[in-house]
Amino acid sequence: MALQSGADQPGADESRADEASPDVVLEARGITKRFPGVLANDTVDFALRRGQVHCLLGENGAGKSTLMNVVFGLYQPDAGELLVRGEPVRFRSSADAIAAGIGMVHQHFQLVPVMAVWENVVLGDELTRGPLLDRGAARARIAELSERYSLAIDPDAVVGELSVGAQQRVELLKALFRDADILILDEPTAVLTPQEVDGFFEIVRSLLDRGISVVFITHKLREVLAVADEVTVLRGGKAVGRADPRTATQGSLATLMVGRDVSFEVDKAPAEPGAVVLRVVDLTVADDRGVPTVSGLELQVRAGEIFGVAGVEGNGQRELVEAITGIRPSVSGSVAIGGTDVTGWNPRRIADLGVGHVPEDRSKDGLVGPFSLADNLVLNRYHRAEFSRRFVVRRDAVRRNAERLVADFDVRTTGVDVPAGTLSGGNQQKLVIARELSADLSLLIVAQPTRGLDVGSIEFIHRQIVARRDEGVAVLLVSAELDEVLSLADRVGVLYRGRFAEVLDREEATRRRCGMLMGGADQHAEEVA
Amino acid sequence: MSEPGRRDPPGRGLASRLIETYFRAAPVTVPIYAVLTAAAVGSLVILAVGSNPVDAYGALLSGAAGSPGAIAGTLARSTPYIIAALAVAFGFKAGLFNIGAEGQLLMGALAAAWVGSSPALAGLPAVAYLPLVLMAGAAGGLLWGGIPGVLKARTGAHEVIVTIMLNAIALGAVAWVVTSPDPVLLLDTTASVPHSRPMAASARLPELIAGSGLHLGFVVALALCAVVWFVLERTTLGFEIRTSGVSPNAARYAGMSVPRIIILVLAAAGALAGIGGAGEVSGGPNGYLTPGLLRNIGFDSIAIALLARANPFAIIPAALLWGGLLSGAPLMQLRADLSLDLVLIIQALIILFVAADAIVRFLFRVRRPKRDDELGEQAIFAKGWGV
Amino acid sequence: MLLAMVDLPAQDKPTRPPRTPRRGFTRLSRLQTIGVAYLLLGVTLVVQVAGALDPAQVVFLFGLGDGVPQVGVQPAAFTLGTGLLFVLAGVVALGERWTGRYAGVALLVATVLFVPLVLVTSLALSAAGTMNVVPLMGESLRVGTPVALGALAGLYAERSGVVNIGIEGMMLAGAGVGFVVYAVLGAAGGWPLYVSVVVAVAVGGLMAALHALLSVTFRTDQIVSGVAINLLAIGLTSFLRREVLLPLGIGGGSTLPTIEIPLLADLPLVGRSLFVGKPIYFTMFLIFALTQVVLFRSAWGLRVRSVGENPHAAETLGIDVVKTRYQAVIVGGLLAGLAGAWFTLETVGTFDNLITNGKGFIALAALIFGKWRPWSAFGGAVLFGFAEALGRRIQLLDVSVGGFPVPSQFLQVLPFVVTIVVLAGAIGRAIPPASVGVPFERSR
Repeated sequence: MALQSGADQPGADESRADEASPDVVLEARGITKRFPGVLANDTVDFALRRGQVHCLLGENGAGKSTLMNVVFGLYQPDAGELLVRGEPVRFRSSADAIAAGIGMVHQHFQLVPVMAVWENVVLGDELTRGPLLDRGAARARIAELSERYSLAIDPDAVVGELSVGAQQRVELLKALFRDADILILDEPTAVLTPQEVDGFFEIVRSLLDRGISVVFITHKLREVLAVADEVTVLRGGKAVGRADPRTATQGSLATLMVGRDVSFEVDKAPAEPGAVVLRVVDLTVADDRGVPTVSGLELQVRAGEIFGVAGVEGNGQRELVEAITGIRPSVSGSVAIGGTDVTGWNPRRIADLGVGHVPEDRSKDGLVGPFSLADNLVLNRYHRAEFSRRFVVRRDAVRRNAERLVADFDVRTTGVDVPAGTLSGGNQQKLVIARELSADLSLLIVAQPTRGLDVGSIEFIHRQIVARRDEGVAVLLVSAELDEVLSLADRVGVLYRGRFAEVLDREEATRRRCGMLMGGADQHAEEVA
Repeated sequence: MSEPGRRDPPGRGLASRLIETYFRAAPVTVPIYAVLTAAAVGSLVILAVGSNPVDAYGALLSGAAGSPGAIAGTLARSTPYIIAALAVAFGFKAGLFNIGAEGQLLMGALAAAWVGSSPALAGLPAVAYLPLVLMAGAAGGLLWGGIPGVLKARTGAHEVIVTIMLNAIALGAVAWVVTSPDPVLLLDTTASVPHSRPMAASARLPELIAGSGLHLGFVVALALCAVVWFVLERTTLGFEIRTSGVSPNAARYAGMSVPRIIILVLAAAGALAGIGGAGEVSGGPNGYLTPGLLRNIGFDSIAIALLARANPFAIIPAALLWGGLLSGAPLMQLRADLSLDLVLIIQALIILFVAADAIVRFLFRVRRPKRDDELGEQAIFAKGWGV
Repeated sequence: MLLAMVDLPAQDKPTRPPRTPRRGFTRLSRLQTIGVAYLLLGVTLVVQVAGALDPAQVVFLFGLGDGVPQVGVQPAAFTLGTGLLFVLAGVVALGERWTGRYAGVALLVATVLFVPLVLVTSLALSAAGTMNVVPLMGESLRVGTPVALGALAGLYAERSGVVNIGIEGMMLAGAGVGFVVYAVLGAAGGWPLYVSVVVAVAVGGLMAALHALLSVTFRTDQIVSGVAINLLAIGLTSFLRREVLLPLGIGGGSTLPTIEIPLLADLPLVGRSLFVGKPIYFTMFLIFALTQVVLFRSAWGLRVRSVGENPHAAETLGIDVVKTRYQAVIVGGLLAGLAGAWFTLETVGTFDNLITNGKGFIALAALIFGKWRPWSAFGGAVLFGFAEALGRRIQLLDVSVGGFPVPSQFLQVLPFVVTIVVLAGAIGRAIPPASVGVPFERSR
């Protein structure tokens, strides 16, 4: 294998076992970062040693990404200092951080979908020949890096057409292309199947073998124990503790992370399924580009059960939900709710059948940020007699409704006239949940109900969903978090390329089995059968 | 997290409360500051051409409001601006940028002139004729506003470009209908300067004060402000319009039909502007239509709607400012020897400073909101190509 | 092409068997809607127009000089044939479900036929019987020059993520200030003429810098900022005209000289029409070629495009988004200023209020028509140039319909009508750069 061109620093050949002489390559001392109204980092200390994986553990909003954005030069700290290889540094922009050998793979990929892989990789660090881009040299370099780290990336592919896993490897390439020897990986496994996660850890190990040091941001305890050499736990912007992954348990880490004893198990009684409420037959739905992302899908959800849809995002989840709720027209097939064929109905009529819908993107689709809480809480039912007389809105009724729901669903706010966009993520989601779950429901569709929320909000929302099930509502739960599906669902359907690879009873649905199906493993066997 | 108690100083003295009030009043004060800043920059221009800003502005002011007659003139001048700015603001509320008020005014005026001068209707009493004329204006504007609405909703053609094109087309159409000698359509063949047939006396909006030029259209304009406010703020339709203006996605998810709202709003905005056009031709001093009658009123209304932050009631003072600038300009030209076009520059500067309120906030030390969401709906105007 | 996204409310029956197309007018796809238009037009041509035309042959000449190729066309037959083709295309498009991709192809063919159709019918309706096509093409290019340059002005800005609706204002300011400077310098040609062109270009850049200041630094709504630019340009130029130009008493001046491109100008048939012209006209072609290279082959172009698509991605790679957007918007403004100079300093030799007459907005339409790609935008600009050139030609030819001459206003608004039709029915919906119109907030 070729020599690593970036391995110009001494000690690049040190192996991971050589922990006796660990030297710190990256250190943060007393980092403080304020945003309006929020203290995101409060005098945080942190040190990364060469050739190690240092996990930053913490729940959503604990300040992990903020800290790393400071390290990467995207945010300017209000106090504290950074040292890279022992030298104090001050990064004015990410260009400075990149020059110092730091690379970052962001949680939300920072890629330009319409451009080719090679263009994405060289951007900002262009190889040129005269005044023009040197495409040949860029491709050669990328091909070489791709082979060395077994990334299997075609430099000429258009990024938007790559799978999510491949896009992540493009992000890695961007960092490696710039000879980064300190890599920050922000929640890198969120978009991968369990099996892909294993493969990803392989890649991380091959990076370590070449002397690259890795900061690994996550809130998943299992991954910490699988990959970390060292752990720093953040809570409420503070570094609240360090742990040794060789001795720590998931329980001890969870307690440190949340600040109290938590159980990630959801209390729920066995389901008592009733009649079929949602019946989807041979449904095909196209995405915005006209490509069918749901094809020939069959689905039944009964009253009093939670049907969990597992799967890697982009396998048709969004289109499926939008087709059932009438937001997106289907190409063919039918959707029936409570025995009524609702195919081709508009969203209003479907909602009026008693269908609640918590959309996956709450701030874009579920709420109107500048509108008051009160207005947001009647967003889809202002037209009903309860809230309007002829065409005039009954403002007192809207207000009373808001006051009641805010209290019932524990939305933390100073009043119901506050713009919804000023609430925290957890409270925004509670607002949507309050609106959708307070209706008279027969079917509830929830997509990514707890994405980006803190543990307290997650627990609250999970309890609410289970409570609706116990009242006899049919629940369709879509989540990219396999753990969430497994802890809530009574039956699990694994969505792969627009149809269910398999529908499993909860007992059959093990992490391993689901993971295989999410990656398309059983697809072939099923087709033969 | 919103915990407002945290940021307030503990003392709660008079000074801190005054400061808080100052910031709270930003929606009202910032546009006023923008006008002041524009006047200040305008005075630099006046100095540059060697005139005295104090004299110039003094003459402007007395021309606009120096006498009862001047005030009536300003009110008369403002009337079409109020209605046209309503048409623009109505679009803003739905997230649509209606640059087409210019053409919609013209088409409304054309329809009104046609109906109002129709030999078949001559002799109709005013109680029947006037509503008919205004409705004809509304219909003409509705047609001209409906086209971009349908095109946007059905094909995604952006309303900004379509309405600009329709403005030019309306101008051509009106010029042809009003001045074409062969075939004669609406030309007054006896006139030396080509214009449309004169409207019947009973189709003319009566003057409020005889000889002042201030006509019933002004009252209509004020009433329309109230109607538009009520529709937007108090009805379910208004709720739909505002929702799809701020977040078309959320509107779609909440079961509203965004294309329907787009068509409806642009058509209604056109109808509003059309009433404005009808009012001008029927209430104006001549009682006939010339192609240049409504020149630039539609464009200036954009600035007025912006200045008023699309608030239907705030449009009234903003339009009065505009009318005042225009009706005071001749006296300024006379006394300070300045070109009328200076008013155009001041108008452009006003919209500039209103648009870039960050400049004004900086100059007058008005705190910028931490997040756009805090502004509520005031922050919302048009959004890019919005495709 | 699959089922188009239809967001109109579904009003059809509640129960519906699977695999049936959606019904009703509101359910027509875009192609089907266009198909209906062609169907109606085709029927009109066949039934109404073809028979009414003068049966005498019309002749098209291709080029200047002796022995130029010519084509004779029988108007009635041609119109009949085209009408039938339109009907066919309409039917094929309506049956999109069964004809699939042929629907698009059929409409494209029909659209291409539009140009000869208009030429033939207008010639048949006029007193003249012949028309020379090559000078018409030459004039289309010339008249399309400011539109093309304006489209490039929009291209740079919008590729970097800034909507530029102020092209018109930038052009107008360039045209006005450029000519005022020329007038002050005597308006007698020579070096002041070139200085004035440079001033016009610089003024366009300055206006663009103001647009960037408002929309990039102050994150003003970009469309509002563009409108402000347009208003400011109107106020500024009419003020300058009244205060400076009119007192000088200079009504007009000599314009940029006509030059011939060696060798090319001597080409048979087309040489004199296409390769004899004025400097800005020729520069326009150069700039297009250059833009194609700069935008798609240079590092700066890569950055501009990335900033327009995903500014945050660019920022994480250390690219200064704000600076890049400023650069792109200002480069565009310089080109708009050059387009302004085309009006006053290359073509007319004087300045009147609102001399740009909406060309900046047409440029924007050309840009959208060209889907934010240089050469396609050029195609759009030439199309509008053709509409205008044709309008002028028709006026010269004394075309009359039903005994009345075609009103001059109709010909003046022709390019605007074409713009709307093109925007509404542009072949395939254009997708703008992903971040255009979205103000960028730097991380702190």
